[in-house]
Amino acid sequence: MKKSSKRVAMLVLMVFMLAIVAGCGGGGTGDKTTEQAEKINVGVNVELSGGVASYGTNARDGAILAIEEINQAGGVLGKQLNPIERDCKSVADEAMSVSAALVGEKIVAQIGPLTSGNVAGSTPVMMDNKIPLIAPAATAANVTVDDKTGATRDYIFRVCFIDPFQGTLMAQFAADNLKAKKAVIYGDTSSDYGKGLAEYFKKTFVEKGGEVIAEEGFVKDDRDFRAALTKIKGLNPDFIYIPGYYQEVAPLIKQARELGITAPMGGGDGWDSPDMVSVAGAAALNNTFFTNHYSSQDKDPKIVKFVEAFKAKYNKEPDAFAALGYDAVQLMVQGLKDAGEADPVKLAAAIAQIKDFEGITGKMSIDEQHNPVKAGVVIEFKDGAQIMNTRIQP
Amino acid sequence: MLEFIQQMVNGLSLGAIYALIALGYTMVYGIIKLINFAHGDIMMVGAFVGYFSLTLLGTNIIVAMVFSMLVCAILGVLIEKIAYRPLRNSTRIAALITAIGVSLFLEYATIFILGPAQRVFPEAAFKVKAYNIAGLSVLNKDVFVIISAVVLMLILQYIIKWTKTGKAMRAVSLDQEAAVLMGISVDKTISITFAIGSALAAAAGVMYGVYYSTVNPLMGIIPGLKAFVAAVLGGIGIIPGAMAGGFIMGLLETMVSGYGNSLYRDAVAFGVLILILLIKPTGLFGKDSGEKV
Repeated sequence: MKKSSKRVAMLVLMVFMLAIVAGCGGGGTGDKTTEQAEKINVGVNVELSGGVASYGTNARDGAILAIEEINQAGGVLGKQLNPIERDCKSVADEAMSVSAALVGEKIVAQIGPLTSGNVAGSTPVMMDNKIPLIAPAATAANVTVDDKTGATRDYIFRVCFIDPFQGTLMAQFAADNLKAKKAVIYGDTSSDYGKGLAEYFKKTFVEKGGEVIAEEGFVKDDRDFRAALTKIKGLNPDFIYIPGYYQEVAPLIKQARELGITAPMGGGDGWDSPDMVSVAGAAALNNTFFTNHYSSQDKDPKIVKFVEAFKAKYNKEPDAFAALGYDAVQLMVQGLKDAGEADPVKLAAAIAQIKDFEGITGKMSIDEQHNPVKAGVVIEFKDGAQIMNTRIQP
Repeated sequence: MLEFIQQMVNGLSLGAIYALIALGYTMVYGIIKLINFAHGDIMMVGAFVGYFSLTLLGTNIIVAMVFSMLVCAILGVLIEKIAYRPLRNSTRIAALITAIGVSLFLEYATIFILGPAQRVFPEAAFKVKAYNIAGLSVLNKDVFVIISAVVLMLILQYIIKWTKTGKAMRAVSLDQEAAVLMGISVDKTISITFAIGSALAAAAGVMYGVYYSTVNPLMGIIPGLKAFVAAVLGGIGIIPGAMAGGFIMGLLETMVSGYGNSLYRDAVAFGVLILILLIKPTGLFGKDSGEKV
């Protein structure tokens, strides 16, 4: 009897202590909400290390510049933007766990990641939590659209054009401007990006009356391409399409030129890195072309202003990823203004309706598949410099 | 025919690098029955030491290679002393897991210190020249890689066959306890084995840097894996097997890309490994002897 009364006393004491602890917790949460009311948290989930670190770093720099400019101009809806920066290490699984952590920070939207594969990693978390993800440079078709059902993903947006457009554009350029008839595709088969570009290049090139005489592939982290290149040399093509990322493409082009292949080569925006010139060498890169979202040489006053601001802050030239990171933030801000409040669900609905938004990378309208309709450029390497060759309007 | 000879040249220079890394795997396995998964990362460290001695110290490529071999020999000995020696009498799986730990440690310590970005091997350190012999394009770096690999292998053969140290290594590999009874210092012999194996990996790392122009902290993983397959292919623990295995892997990959389809390159390479393991698990050069327990 005595024992049980003691037990009851203990129980009462425990309940009492629990109540105190819970009270403290409640107070804490209260403080947090008032703090959040002053600021709008924006998640920046990008590749700051790993294979495509240069994309993520530049996009981050562009996004942060946009956020600072907006904050200096008084913020959005009377509130300041608060960027929360995280590194997804160029790994899809990591992108997912970073997103999960960012959702815990009550973000209104997430900027990034950069590659299609990493965005796919992050997508389920954003969809489940109904928070918009704005991908700066994920160009695979299935980023915003579910492959199986064909339904548009409500919370996934992008500010770049999609793979079909890059592959189609380069095929048009090769057939019309370079007058190529026989092309070889030698692309990255370990990424959705490389496969997507190759598929649409082939489709358009064949439609234009050309012929794809061979398709070869390499995988991420390959460094030796000489065997396949020797074979390609024997086929004597007049254009080689190399959809892939700069880490593999730069040594590939170098080895191709060393083997005496002189044919023009082309690729997508995965080529856009200063490492291309330092690895492959300026001479090897002559007569190579890639499609991109924008060129910092454009004389459009909007672009000139952006380039100056970027150079002043970071002391380097903004590449397309920086411009797209900047546009991703600006598109989100436009959405916030249209929505009238910092609510993720209303923000997503507002972004889906944006028309004729003036970005650094061109005027864009979001279509029903959440893809922006916009122009692209072809850039040529000339003695180590990137020269804008031509602009193609869809 | 011309294209075939070109592919042979491609395959041999790739194979030479695989063979040098495979030698380290096989020597370590031969002597302490440990698959040293950190071996590919020692090659990476070797490549970085070579890179820095070229850029910071401004040495020529031969000095850079020798310097890198020395540094990695010391690193290999230290790794063995710190990580593997305390586990010598524990289970093999414990040592294996430690090796994976050392591998990750080397990779991420390098990322922590140097950052994750790739670095470009200085072009000036090795002026690439192409010799055009009747339409065949042979680069001086092909010649450099193949010749230095062969020279290093000859030196290794000499050490193992004709020196006292080599005799001690063979003895320890055959029977550790009997070797102790014959007055051989097992610790010292194992240290020397690690030093030589790591030095060869370092040489391979510098060659890799010269050949493929870039170095990065995770560059050792794939060549390490391929060299491991090469070592198993030739018969792990058998030194001529590792050399042959390396060249076979290099040629096989090249021929599959060149005459089949580059998409099946790795599938064929690893398929051959599976076949070897099924048909002759001791490898091409392996003798069928019952596993010692």
